[in-house]
Amino acid sequence: MVTSAKEVQGKKLTGTDQVKKALPQMLKGGVIMDVVNAEQARIAEEAGAVAVMALERVPADIRADGGVARMSDPELIAQIIEAVSIPVMAKARIGHFVEAQILEALGVDCIDESEVLTPADEEFHIDKTKFNVPFVCGCRNLGEALRRIGEGAAMIRTKGEPGTGDVVEAVRHARKIIGEIRQLTVLPREERMTFAKNIGAPFELVNEVAETGQLPVVNFAAGGIATPADAALMMQLGVEGVFVGSGIFKSGDPLKRAVAIVKATTFYKDAKVLAEISRNLGEPMVGRTARDLKPEETMSSRGW
Amino acid sequence: MKKKIGVLALQGDFAEHIHAIERCGATAFEVRKSSDLDAADGLIIPGGESTAIAKLTGDNSDPVFDTIRARLNDGMPVYGTCMGSIFLAKEIEGSTQGRLAVMDIKVRRNAFGPQRNSFQTELPIKCLGEPAFPAIFIRAPIILSCGRNVEVLATMPEGIVMARQDNMLVSAFHPEIADDYRVHYYFLKMLDNPAVASKIASVQSSADQLLAG
Repeated sequence: MVTSAKEVQGKKLTGTDQVKKALPQMLKGGVIMDVVNAEQARIAEEAGAVAVMALERVPADIRADGGVARMSDPELIAQIIEAVSIPVMAKARIGHFVEAQILEALGVDCIDESEVLTPADEEFHIDKTKFNVPFVCGCRNLGEALRRIGEGAAMIRTKGEPGTGDVVEAVRHARKIIGEIRQLTVLPREERMTFAKNIGAPFELVNEVAETGQLPVVNFAAGGIATPADAALMMQLGVEGVFVGSGIFKSGDPLKRAVAIVKATTFYKDAKVLAEISRNLGEPMVGRTARDLKPEETMSSRGW
Repeated sequence: MKKKIGVLALQGDFAEHIHAIERCGATAFEVRKSSDLDAADGLIIPGGESTAIAKLTGDNSDPVFDTIRARLNDGMPVYGTCMGSIFLAKEIEGSTQGRLAVMDIKVRRNAFGPQRNSFQTELPIKCLGEPAFPAIFIRAPIILSCGRNVEVLATMPEGIVMARQDNMLVSAFHPEIADDYRVHYYFLKMLDNPAVASKIASVQSSADQLLAG
């Protein structure tokens, strides 16, 4: 059916690809903070967070407590939405599309299909094209990033190793993704299909990345960021913003540390500013080296 | 000589604005501190989160906030998109958050609700001519009212979405993420004559005319 220009005028199209990808674009250069209640959400907003991530327990506590980690209580999420004016994100289990439906109905601005929670499906991720709200997904390499984008993710983040305060895995994943993109841009055309096959990514997206030299969606760092220097390190490596999970509210002085990490993410190239804001932040979160985790303890290995 | 546009790069989609300005044939660069503004003929304040920007500009030891206001008062053209329009507004409904407070408009933040209500639409903008502009609204604000010295450039049933006051231009939507650079061209033309809106706009438009059209 042909629609005339007049009919299209004034008509609002929601949930389009462009509208979903645009929200993360507005968050670039910013910090998204994990919060477990309305009070923490207000502190995060006060500190200059661009969005908050609502969850029941921060990853460090999920690790400590064990058991099954699920979507937060909707009441808690509603309270957080009520408490702040910045976007509110919330986590659904990998493959748990009903948790995602509930989060969309609650009015969250973005859903994190997250390996921090216990996966609900070990084979299939959520079909994210069915939703009106954007999704962010974790990844360890370009193939995983493009598979999630192929499923409809509007934003990508490194997985890192959540709840450790150890940035090493986030660095590994960011370098891997950015390195593979760089490699792809210099590859002769005839080698692209084999590259796509080897990394298990949709060929069309591989082609697009080869032409543009960047991911078709925004790419943040997450998993183990605990200090302003960690945030600036990830930014200098080439990500477009950072998620901080346990690093803030598991530290000695959350507000002060949160403000410092926000500033570090903006002034990430300015070592003088970084030196200034890194002073006297109190105790950082108690870390746990990612290398000492047993294979079954890692969260980054969840999803594929 | 090429026009040089600074884009406030504290947080938000500044890279997209830089790309759009360069596509229009002008030079664009990031502005993070006061001295970055020295070379700028005009400034764009991008989309982002207004509470975060307020924090980054308000209590920084470098007075980038004051420098922008001083340059603005000297006549430097400024264009604010979405968050940028909130940052320029004299009044924000129900809030006293940090801002420049220079433009005679009253805005409502998140006027359309959460992200699931964000949308794109073909928006008629008279001063840009045909066709309608592919406008993308992301948790967008709306201008509730404005002073007599403010020229309304585009409206929706919910309120005003684009306006100009002398050297200040604001839009609730994001032209930098559309493949249509007419708003950025319009802003670049403001650099030639920042004081008088009607000399640049081919048609003096009003909200009523736009709604009727």
